[in-house]
Amino acid sequence: MSRQWKLAIAIGAFVIAALGVMFAVIALAKEPPTVNYAAGHQAGQPVDVTLQTVGAYGLAPHPTWVSYETRTPQGQWVHTTLWQVPAHTRINVTIYNYDSGSPLRNQQIGLVAGTIGDTATLNGKTIHLINSNAGNGVGHTFSIPTLGINVPLYGNNGNANLCAVAPCTTKSPHEIIKFSFESPGPGQYPWQCFVPCALGYLYGNGGPMQTIGYMDGFMKVVS
Amino acid sequence: MSDAVAGEVADPAGSSAGDPDAPEVNHWWRLIAIWVVLSAILDPLFYVFAGPHIPPGRMTDTAGGAQFDFNVLLVIALPVLLGVWIFLIYAIVMWRASRGGPDPVGGPAARGNLSLQVGWILTTTVIVMFLAGFGTYELVQPGGAGGGEGPSPIWTPASHTVLPVQVIAQQWKFTYRYPTYGGMETTTLVLPDHTSIAFHVTSLDVIHSFWAYQLGVKADANPAQDNVAFTTTQQTGSFIVRCSELCGIWHGAMYNSGEVVSPTAFQSWATSTESRLAANTKLLPPFSYTYIPDANGADGGLYPDNVDPYSKIQTYGATPAKPTPKG
Repeated sequence: MSRQWKLAIAIGAFVIAALGVMFAVIALAKEPPTVNYAAGHQAGQPVDVTLQTVGAYGLAPHPTWVSYETRTPQGQWVHTTLWQVPAHTRINVTIYNYDSGSPLRNQQIGLVAGTIGDTATLNGKTIHLINSNAGNGVGHTFSIPTLGINVPLYGNNGNANLCAVAPCTTKSPHEIIKFSFESPGPGQYPWQCFVPCALGYLYGNGGPMQTIGYMDGFMKVVS
Repeated sequence: MSDAVAGEVADPAGSSAGDPDAPEVNHWWRLIAIWVVLSAILDPLFYVFAGPHIPPGRMTDTAGGAQFDFNVLLVIALPVLLGVWIFLIYAIVMWRASRGGPDPVGGPAARGNLSLQVGWILTTTVIVMFLAGFGTYELVQPGGAGGGEGPSPIWTPASHTVLPVQVIAQQWKFTYRYPTYGGMETTTLVLPDHTSIAFHVTSLDVIHSFWAYQLGVKADANPAQDNVAFTTTQQTGSFIVRCSELCGIWHGAMYNSGEVVSPTAFQSWATSTESRLAANTKLLPPFSYTYIPDANGADGGLYPDNVDPYSKIQTYGATPAKPTPKG
């Protein structure tokens, strides 16, 4: 083989490898959009954050994965778990849970904690905890561990005709959970679901449970 | 090392150079004298002034033990470090080529120095053997040195009144159960001062590691395993608990805080917390040293193994306030 051929093969291999690395970096760096609740916020006014959970996202690339969705201030549902809120502000959260429930692996997370009054409302009724061994159990939690916030989301009847494609509408069986908390100072605060709801993954904690945009996200707090 | 350094030939570049009648300088003894004096001054200074500030502090006996070990190692290492630095600085000052002077001339070929070689081997052997013995002893003192000892610990604290606290790890948080306070489960770790603690560390899913740095305690959290670690608190203050086993996306966020408080304050906290959490504690499974979760996820119920829900022996004499029924 001539020297020119060897050089051409080496350069070709290098270009292919470089392209592979570039695509991998782009794929890894890609993140879901951030819903901005802080834009245009007036000091002293609360911020309303609206989320929903769906048992199966229903769309590519992972139609079977369980997921959260976030509603923008304009009322559009977005497949993301990244949202931005102003610091030191009352955050009113409403979550529409469209998924079924089960007994918790650890009933400790059945306790409402870290919210204003350590309470939440379930379909308008005040709750301090959910007994996951009774009724439909707990589908998911909304938890910001670094702030001590934990809210269990009561599940729907698993035999009902549950929504399987996001975004779900209130025509499907759902539970409405509301609570409030005070946002802390500026920073990024990870939030997650603590129920091992990633069916088919080891201990239920793989896949969507470890992917930003599904059952994990960041609350970005800005001043 | 050349014979010149060992002081067996005249100084080639020092004060005697160019003056054959000047007394021969014995660099070897001069180096040793400088080294001994500096070591004798700096070692005690380090131990007295820097030693008390060496991490992880003295909040518990195991943390204090780790601090003592670090200080011993540093006190031994400091003379070694000084020996190297002193030789280098001395060589630069005494044997450097002077500007405008004659070109350096190599000394006679080194043929070995038996006494130096034997001394070197003996000294390093003694240091390494001592550190091996000391390290081994300190690894188990006191009461296991704060490390996880598995379900049947060999090294236990001298105290017969030990507070059992269960550490439950799960992706991605730690919670704590107090079997002697009704089996309540909390998200913060509160401990009484001047009390021996038995941490029973377990996991509900993958492998984690309970690392209470300021307490000098570190024990792996394995699913279906009861890993026991001991410590005895000896100072009040706050501490951080971190997971030290890579366990998934939020491993870096798997931490929370704890506090060592006075026994009176602890009793008050424990009683009020037991009362506040009573409604949820009733829903928890009976206290057990391990819990076997459903590995398939989704319906992740918590299943006590029911083999040994509560054993007086395993709590080292501690008696549960409200014995839990065998499940």
